[in-house]
Amino acid sequence: MFDLESVLERYSERGRDALLPALWEIQTGLGYISLDNVHRLSHTLHVPATEIYGVIEFYSLFYTEPTGDTVIQVCTNPACGVLGADAVVGGLCDRLDIQPGETSADGRYTVLSTTCLGLCEHAPAALVNRRGVGEQAVAPAQVDDLLAGIFPPYHPVVGGDTQVLLDGVHPDRAQPLADYGDYVALRHALIASSPEAVIETVEQSNLIGRGGAAFPTGRKWRFTRQSPNVPRYVVCNADESEPGTFKDRVLLEGRPHLLLEGMALCGYAVGASRGFLFIRGEYPEAARRMAKAIAEAEAAGVLGENILGTGFSFHAEIRRGGGAYICGEETALFEAIEGKRGFPRIKPPFPTTHGLFGQPTVINNVETLCAVPGIVRHGADWFRQWGTERSAGTKLVSVSGHIQRPGVYEIIPGITLRQLLETTCGGITGSLQTVLMGGAAGTFLTPDQLDTRLTFEDLWAIGGTFGSGAIMVFNDTVNIRDVLQRLGHFFQHESCGKCFPCQIGTQRQSEILDRLDAPLSGDSERLHDVGLTMTQASLCGLGQTAASAVLSAMQIWPEVFAGREGVG
Amino acid sequence: MSQKMITLTIDGQSITVPEGTSILEAARQADTDIPVICYHDATTPNGLCRLCVVDVNQGRVLQPACVAQCQDGAVVETRNERVERSRRTILEMLDSAVDLGQAPEIQTLIQDYQAAPDRFPDAKRRDHSELDDNPFYIRDYSQCVLCWRCVQVCGEDAQYTFALTLGERGFNTHVTTLFDIGLLESPCVFCGQCIGVCPSGALKPKVEWGMEQGFSADEIRQMTRRPRRKADSET
Repeated sequence: MFDLESVLERYSERGRDALLPALWEIQTGLGYISLDNVHRLSHTLHVPATEIYGVIEFYSLFYTEPTGDTVIQVCTNPACGVLGADAVVGGLCDRLDIQPGETSADGRYTVLSTTCLGLCEHAPAALVNRRGVGEQAVAPAQVDDLLAGIFPPYHPVVGGDTQVLLDGVHPDRAQPLADYGDYVALRHALIASSPEAVIETVEQSNLIGRGGAAFPTGRKWRFTRQSPNVPRYVVCNADESEPGTFKDRVLLEGRPHLLLEGMALCGYAVGASRGFLFIRGEYPEAARRMAKAIAEAEAAGVLGENILGTGFSFHAEIRRGGGAYICGEETALFEAIEGKRGFPRIKPPFPTTHGLFGQPTVINNVETLCAVPGIVRHGADWFRQWGTERSAGTKLVSVSGHIQRPGVYEIIPGITLRQLLETTCGGITGSLQTVLMGGAAGTFLTPDQLDTRLTFEDLWAIGGTFGSGAIMVFNDTVNIRDVLQRLGHFFQHESCGKCFPCQIGTQRQSEILDRLDAPLSGDSERLHDVGLTMTQASLCGLGQTAASAVLSAMQIWPEVFAGREGVG
Repeated sequence: MSQKMITLTIDGQSITVPEGTSILEAARQADTDIPVICYHDATTPNGLCRLCVVDVNQGRVLQPACVAQCQDGAVVETRNERVERSRRTILEMLDSAVDLGQAPEIQTLIQDYQAAPDRFPDAKRRDHSELDDNPFYIRDYSQCVLCWRCVQVCGEDAQYTFALTLGERGFNTHVTTLFDIGLLESPCVFCGQCIGVCPSGALKPKVEWGMEQGFSADEIRQMTRRPRRKADSET
């Protein structure tokens, strides 16, 4: 039985930043968060009840009304959409005699369609939340299994040059500390290098951020270290939510110690003794494995207080997101950790001076931090042996859709998209129509662009983006309008609503895309104006890229936007 | 301590201001009008409406003048083609979602920017039913532009009452109370600050609303009686 009293007791000495963890416990234990429990939590955490309600309302995995004993959410974004997600939603609803969003008459099941769950290589994916038990991701999702309570584990599919980041990924379990080694790079740095020397090495490695923005990692660390205020924080952005992206999930589940060592090295370099690992709520297995790895590392003395007897301490804490793509935006993520609605902040000031709790903060993507131990251990030149001057080191890509072997691939930047898809990934299923490169916020590429080299600079040169490394492959059986509509729904669902252009623009964009089969006169111009306005006037990166794929589609296939007489 | 001064160009006019001055403030000093909706001198600027976006050094994206600080040597254009398109489209989208009938300042902007009244046909509107749950205020969130000012003055910008918050997110965002309870059951102390900062008629005193609706003075007196007095009169 769920014991609210003991939960509240555990949170009694904590502040507002404990709000999301506390909401998760109540949500999982009771299936929803009642008015009465909001009042109780308000007294415990000293946060106004009204504000707690506003926070619950923001996150899609928290409910204020009772839900079924089991909540089943099925991803209907493009990668799952083209591989049968609608049939799963329809099958579940038929069997339970409900509509999506409803709870079955016996109160056992609630069925919802949702946005990308980061299991695109096993599409279609579902997230199952059982009251009192917790969340579990299921892929591929099958109606019979879901309703029978059979949730077979999924196994990561990895490939390419798996020599650095993916080395040691096991199909069934996280790499244990004994296999990983006892944080040799950290040991080396703590004993033989100054923090300044670590920053210099990272700078010289030319490592740039793997989350999508491609900012030089070493420079970010230097700015943070130079900021006079203390304490400073390290935050790992594991809110991987870009549709078609699942590389960070594989690292979190497969190589937790690589990430923890990267975070600790970052802490040492910038002078931070506390790190937060913010994992999206849709990754329950990643959170479980990371928690286990933290305990393992602390027990071995390679993490925690006075690491390896050097006097340097570094504590890593996990925070689970509540279901919001926007929290992948760095400042929105800080707000979420601070127990608020996930609204992006105005920049400047930047996180390096005013980050988490207003303090200097390094925030890096999972893959970025996972590249650090190797760099520190083997040197900048070792890292630069792969790739190009501007795209140094190996890079992960998530390949999904119509491809023989969907999965996470470690590539050496410079290989072409054709080599990756036709050779490394075993070939395209069917005849290629288009590749969506960089996720929902990316751009479409056409078959004649397959010989583009996969580097940041080559992709920028053709007006595309590496983004988070998402590569969604669509063959000629796919109706591009259907893909665009799913992208439109995604942004409509995930806009935080803070700034007007994105708040209303994502809605209008989705409405116009939904009637692509029978457009109204002037719809192309409307879509174009909405797209450019979101791109140029929105507050954050979400709004600025919410029309990216649509605008690229308008250039490639103007006929798709011209009504039914165009392309079918 | 003397403050560092910064010189920039706004629409071709050179102006010198103290470091930390917003572009909006600098433009006002140069008698250049930049339109705003969410901005209010008494509340923390959040850069929500983006009506005040300007072109700074022909950057990739436009900058919100209310919060963007002046940079030395910057070349600011407050009304070029892409600024115009953004402002016009934002106004057209807002008009397609919200009842702007009692927002005269926004109506003026719609005229000024030649925003087409029906630019977005078949568009989902943010319709809400009028809330008449207390003797003092009427709330009609169909007229709410989501400037956040009421939530801000109810909270940390002024009153620290925390009766108001935002529900849902994205297009469906709306101002609400804890679990949508009535204002009388909420922590609201009826200070009236939210009414004072509402730019679009979503919040108004019940007396004003009663007069608009054509009620008589007696009727208005009746409907705006305080609950305590009402209890007295019933006994």
